[in-house]
Amino acid sequence: MKWKARYIEEAIMKCIMIASFLIIIASLGWIIVTILIKGLPSISWAMLTQTPKGGYYLGKEGGVLNAIVGSLYLAGGGTFIAIFFAFPTALFLSVYVDNTRWVTVVRLSLDILWGIPSIVYGAFGFILMLMLGLRASLLGGIITLACLEFPIMTRAMDEVIRRIPHDLPLAAYALGSTRLETALYVITKQVIPGLLTAILLAFGRAIGDAASVLFTAGYTDRIPTSLLQPVASLPLAVFFQLATPYPEVQQRAYASALILTILVLGISILSRWISYRLDRYSIH
Amino acid sequence: MTLDKQSSITHTQPNYQRTLQRRNRLDRIVRNSFLIYSSLPILFAIIIFVALWMRAHPIFQVQSIIELLTGSTWRPLKGQFGFYPFIIGTIWVTIVALVFAVPVCIFTALYLSEYAGIWAQRLVKPILDLLAAIPSVVYGVWGILVIVPAVQKLAVPLFRPLAKYFPIFASKNPTGYSILAGGTVLAIMITPFIVSIAYEVLQTIPQGLRQASLALGTTRWQTIKFVVLPVSSSGIFASIVLGCSRALGETMAVLMVVGNVVQIPHSIFDSAYPLPALIANNYGEMMSIPLYDSALMAAALILMVMILILNVLSVLTLRHILNEPK
Repeated sequence: MKWKARYIEEAIMKCIMIASFLIIIASLGWIIVTILIKGLPSISWAMLTQTPKGGYYLGKEGGVLNAIVGSLYLAGGGTFIAIFFAFPTALFLSVYVDNTRWVTVVRLSLDILWGIPSIVYGAFGFILMLMLGLRASLLGGIITLACLEFPIMTRAMDEVIRRIPHDLPLAAYALGSTRLETALYVITKQVIPGLLTAILLAFGRAIGDAASVLFTAGYTDRIPTSLLQPVASLPLAVFFQLATPYPEVQQRAYASALILTILVLGISILSRWISYRLDRYSIH
Repeated sequence: MTLDKQSSITHTQPNYQRTLQRRNRLDRIVRNSFLIYSSLPILFAIIIFVALWMRAHPIFQVQSIIELLTGSTWRPLKGQFGFYPFIIGTIWVTIVALVFAVPVCIFTALYLSEYAGIWAQRLVKPILDLLAAIPSVVYGVWGILVIVPAVQKLAVPLFRPLAKYFPIFASKNPTGYSILAGGTVLAIMITPFIVSIAYEVLQTIPQGLRQASLALGTTRWQTIKFVVLPVSSSGIFASIVLGCSRALGETMAVLMVVGNVVQIPHSIFDSAYPLPALIANNYGEMMSIPLYDSALMAAALILMVMILILNVLSVLTLRHILNEPK
């Protein structure tokens, strides 16, 4: 009789595990379908190509172009700055390792930075702007997002650089190249797909982040023409439109959420495709 | 021809010496500047902490840290800043999220590592990536559209019979904006972190251990129960702690569905006001009320310290497990 009990247990537990797996898949599907169903009816060409006109938040016409462009500016600027800090840091960790303990400490602090929530980065960016005498502006948002993206990007880059075959740099050293030359001409070339994926990952995280730009970028109906002007962003557009009591405006919040979701998922899929396409040019 | 070659070699010899010197010098310069670069993450972490501390400092001079943490009156206009309701709110929401997320995540990770074919492992990576990529505002919108009405219309009536015996299910809140709603949304948001790390931990278990157990005639589940789980328990625990630290700091999605009422919650259907929501909701007026800004920065500091402790704990444990040679 004993063997029977344990086979029943096995079957039950297996069912529970498959059910858990399906729950996760289903919740992703549920979220995407909900956003699609709610967002699609109210999405229109005007949403994508116009800035809010007078009375937009009462249900009059206009669109969220200001937020779309603003988000791209913010995330693009933040990513651009973050690259200059993330890439050398990641390269250093893998190429110039003399002191393993130091590298461990740096990696630990990267993990810590990665764990700090975006609202704290927002508060930090706010303090930074107070010290620099900045108002809520595109520049402030870009700086804050660069801070937020730095650990994400560095960790992702570090991960791919660590994964390259160990004898590849050794072969380069054997041919007499210095560490710098190995890093730039051998390692970097080998990990380009991974680097692009890391950059896109950080970009996607930045575009969807609301809590940090809430403090630092402000919100405006216009598309900024200078770094010192406030700027709108898509997540905040969703948030603010949803907070209004008018159903028409709330509909637009759903449409904005759909735009944001498509943007972010598009970036995620693009990065997957890039790493898939470019991966065949690297040595395995 | 041969003569020509020889002459060119003798010709380049001194040149080679010089380029070698130059290359080595460049390498040294870059190495030193990279060393400075690599201290950036550490410096940056310290700077964030110090900056928050400096801005929060005025409030610590008026009220002691103990008072701040345990005080339950929140009247910024009268200069009373008690964080207790917010901290408790944060903890409630996080616990609800963990109660939902942990079993599902661990079972999924076990399924992927112990049962699933290669197709499921291929399928799950993009799914987790997408779940992690969806912005928190979108989770919030979904929460408002789906979870809040579900809590209001389904969960509250469902648990009403239990409310008499378990006050944790009692409902005085007519809206669905509640801890339960916030916790549910959070549970989905932390899923990708817990699953991917728990899966990674399970992958580090030597295959031989499983084979030895299976060779003794156990079923797969018995192998999991008696071999896999005991061996990987600390790593799985670390993955949960890491998910917990993500949950503590999540702002927008929770803010949108949790109700934001300053009170000490007694039931999962009560509204709460977590710390991140407090900071995000009040940034607008914080400069106009004395000490308000430093109170909010103190809130950010408290949040950061809570998260740091959990984060460091889990990261150190995981580092030990994941970096061990297999």
